[in-house]
Amino acid sequence: MQLTDLTMLELAAKLAAGAVSSEEATRACLERIRQVDPKVRAFLRVDEDGALAAARASDARRKAGSPASPLDGVPVGLKDLFLTEGVETTAGSRILEGFVPPLDATVVRLLKEAGLPLVGKLNLDEFAMGSSNESSAYFPSHNPWDVTRTPGGSSGGSAAAVAAREVFGALGTDTGGSIRQPAAFTNTVGLKPTYGRVSRYGVIAYASSLDQPGPMTRTVADAAALLQVIARHDAQDSTSAAVEAPDYSADLEAGVRGLKLGVPRDYFTEGMDPEVEASVRAALAEYERLGATLVDVSLPHTKYALATYYLLAPAEASSNLARYDGIRYGLRARDARGLKELYAQTRERGFGPEVKLRIMLGTYALSAGYYDAYYLRAQKVRTLIREDFTKAFQQVDALLSPTSPVPPFKLGEKVDDPLSMYLMDVYTLPCNLAGLPGLAVPCGFTKAGLPVGLQILGRPFDEARLLRIARAFEREHDFFRRAAPLQGA
Amino acid sequence: MPVSDFQPVIGLEVHAQLLTKSKIFCGCSTAFGAEPNRNTCPVCLGMPGVLPVLNQRVVEFAVRTGLALECTVKKTSIWSRKNYFYPDLPKGYQITQYDQPICEHGRLVIDTPQGEKVIRVRRIHMEEDAGKNVHDAGGGQSLVDLNRAGVPLLEIVSEPDLRDADEAVEYLKALRDVLVYLGVNDGNLEEGSFRCDANVSVMPKGSSTYGQRCELKNLNSFRFVKQAVEYEIARQVDVIEGGGKVDQETRLWDVNKGVTRSMRSKEDAHDYRYFPEPDLPPLHVSDAAIDAAAQALPELPRAKLTRFISQYGLPEYDARILTAERPLADFFEACAAHYPDAKKVSNWFLGELMRLLKEEGTPLSALRFTPVQLAELLGAVDKGTVSANAGKDVLGEMFRTGKAPADIIAEKGLAQVSDTGAIEAVVDEILAKNAGEAEKYRAGKTQVFGFFVGQVMRAMKGKGNPALVNELLKKKLGGA
Repeated sequence: MQLTDLTMLELAAKLAAGAVSSEEATRACLERIRQVDPKVRAFLRVDEDGALAAARASDARRKAGSPASPLDGVPVGLKDLFLTEGVETTAGSRILEGFVPPLDATVVRLLKEAGLPLVGKLNLDEFAMGSSNESSAYFPSHNPWDVTRTPGGSSGGSAAAVAAREVFGALGTDTGGSIRQPAAFTNTVGLKPTYGRVSRYGVIAYASSLDQPGPMTRTVADAAALLQVIARHDAQDSTSAAVEAPDYSADLEAGVRGLKLGVPRDYFTEGMDPEVEASVRAALAEYERLGATLVDVSLPHTKYALATYYLLAPAEASSNLARYDGIRYGLRARDARGLKELYAQTRERGFGPEVKLRIMLGTYALSAGYYDAYYLRAQKVRTLIREDFTKAFQQVDALLSPTSPVPPFKLGEKVDDPLSMYLMDVYTLPCNLAGLPGLAVPCGFTKAGLPVGLQILGRPFDEARLLRIARAFEREHDFFRRAAPLQGA
Repeated sequence: MPVSDFQPVIGLEVHAQLLTKSKIFCGCSTAFGAEPNRNTCPVCLGMPGVLPVLNQRVVEFAVRTGLALECTVKKTSIWSRKNYFYPDLPKGYQITQYDQPICEHGRLVIDTPQGEKVIRVRRIHMEEDAGKNVHDAGGGQSLVDLNRAGVPLLEIVSEPDLRDADEAVEYLKALRDVLVYLGVNDGNLEEGSFRCDANVSVMPKGSSTYGQRCELKNLNSFRFVKQAVEYEIARQVDVIEGGGKVDQETRLWDVNKGVTRSMRSKEDAHDYRYFPEPDLPPLHVSDAAIDAAAQALPELPRAKLTRFISQYGLPEYDARILTAERPLADFFEACAAHYPDAKKVSNWFLGELMRLLKEEGTPLSALRFTPVQLAELLGAVDKGTVSANAGKDVLGEMFRTGKAPADIIAEKGLAQVSDTGAIEAVVDEILAKNAGEAEKYRAGKTQVFGFFVGQVMRAMKGKGNPALVNELLKKKLGGA
């Protein structure tokens, strides 16, 4: 067994025991990246010097008997949407090529303070807009379980890197499923925390009212440990919740006996891949066997979630992306004549097609004369969707559903069909609209060996229970021990 | 139809920069005149990923202003984004309040030749200022200074209740007085911390339907407001009289040419795509906060004016000047509390003190002497310790050095001479020197009396007690 096959907590235990150093672990990651990343293409940038320096500092702390946290010394990766001081951050876009932030995102600061070496910046769909990583301005990432397929998106690079064992864990962001869907596609655990649980400060904004950073790991316990580091109130983010984080690892092994788990019938509809449905149904049966009660529930406004999301998210994005105008940083069309031409040419050259499409959708939805018909109505439907969940959670402790309606699809398969691509998010985005926590945990494989993920949704700030529910299943199946076939490639 | 057949209708939008030390959504300084882009940080520069955090002081100022203008302060208001592209707007949108501002439905009373008039205040909202573009700075370049980006503003919007340029100016002055009194704004039009846009339309007299309005942008002096509004009224009447139609547009006041000219028409008017700011939660103001602000509200200029007239028995003219600025009014009251004759205090304020302040360009806040010391000086004049004329010199010295009046009188030997013997000696001397003039007086040419007074006072270097000098001169001239 290689060092990189360890989970975060397994490595942490070895670090604590002095069996291995953080520098060794970090070098193992760097070596693994050299071996497999040419196939996976998860990394936009590897910060070898920074990671090794942080690892050596961690080892020194350890030697002095004062590790900064339980995860001190465990190398992780970051979606390239997080600002990293002194390390180029592009959001997967040409318009930010060469942009070196003057500050760290709050979560990056927290990771550094906890002593985790940051190995590099991971690929993503441009400005987190996409479900396959194919809208990255640089290159698509590949699914370690089948390199002809997508690892999902937008945190596809993070998922691929964790699945390919290039890093022990990673941070992603989830606006409509961008952590959970790639986790489901790569046999990893992805947790989208409650909106406001994790600071958005220093996270390049896509849709501010929906974005939320979260951990992407190989195991549920790792997700709990990583969440523990980043779940803090942050005065620099006015939407950050002033809610104390519990000990996410405390009740992990408590099981599901006596819990009521809702099965939203509106999530088991046409268009779901039969193999995905079979895996998820099997997982549901497993939960019953473990002592949970399954309850049929209805979330009647689910059918409007996709349309609602694709009005609200682009509307916010059209505004959030207005700052990329060629005036102060990033790309500038140097040959432009006059101000309007400077704006037009910079944005024409700097933004990719998916970003342009969403900016135009959002601009249209906010325009005078259309605001009431689109944006305002979408906000009202958002309230109805939220109320659906509130009602459901009066009956049940959590909801179970598939994460994605289909297993990982082929690269190029849906590129020219945006609507079909948007349908990939149909099970994940209601959770963002409602601001709830959602978790994806591996629940099986198709006959072709492609991963399938189970989605668990919970009440606001109920991450601990989601982790406990996920762990109950993981304990029975151990899918995380299975390595992607890339291994040894 | 001549102009007199038309009724102008004017509404004003005032932008007042708030006197906070830091910006509205970050900790950067709001100080005026810093080196370009010195007062900036990632937040007010609109860097990727950064987020706004509201400066609560701005809310306090908005609530205070709303209460002073008799508005309803709303317990919940929301922030919106106003989207447009311009290099001085770093985020590509301005954070402002739109359909749910913090204050609504207020009023401000102004004076007009017809008497008092209530001007309704439609709304007050908070927003961030933009930066500043400097064009053709050299080599045809445009430079951007973002020091002002994120400086907090209140926008105060009146209903279209103003009916001529004079009323508009009167409203602006009254509003500025209130804001300065509240300590929320410095009232400085030149530095742009109190700026105004005017919406102007005209309609036939007796009509109840407003005409098409034009917006006049960035009027930065009371004089320009008056000139621009008057010009615009005349222009619109001309257009209508010529059979034309007034187009809805935004116009600029050309200071050099004395005309308004078109800046942009309705056709290319912006679509700002307002929507609620997702980075800031709805703003809640508690009843307790509103009550506290109401308790702390100072007496406002108009109330103070009325009180000065009734309490101190001052003429309205005096009271207006004394209440024009809060520090002046406070200083006056402190002085009047230690001196029985308020009108006399007022005379010294309006005469000597205002002259000194103006000549030396000293703000009242920098005065070196205290109100009590001024009261002491007035007492000394009354008692005859020092003459009224010499008292003015003493005040000048107090103004420059801050020394106590008694010390100055002693040091400079300004004490009035009331010693009858000393005065008598001088009177005798002068009469002896000018025997011929004395004869004339005695022969009935009493006009020369003033000459003798002047001679005696000059000989005594102004320190002779005038009453005694008069008395002794009369006695000697008449009795000899």
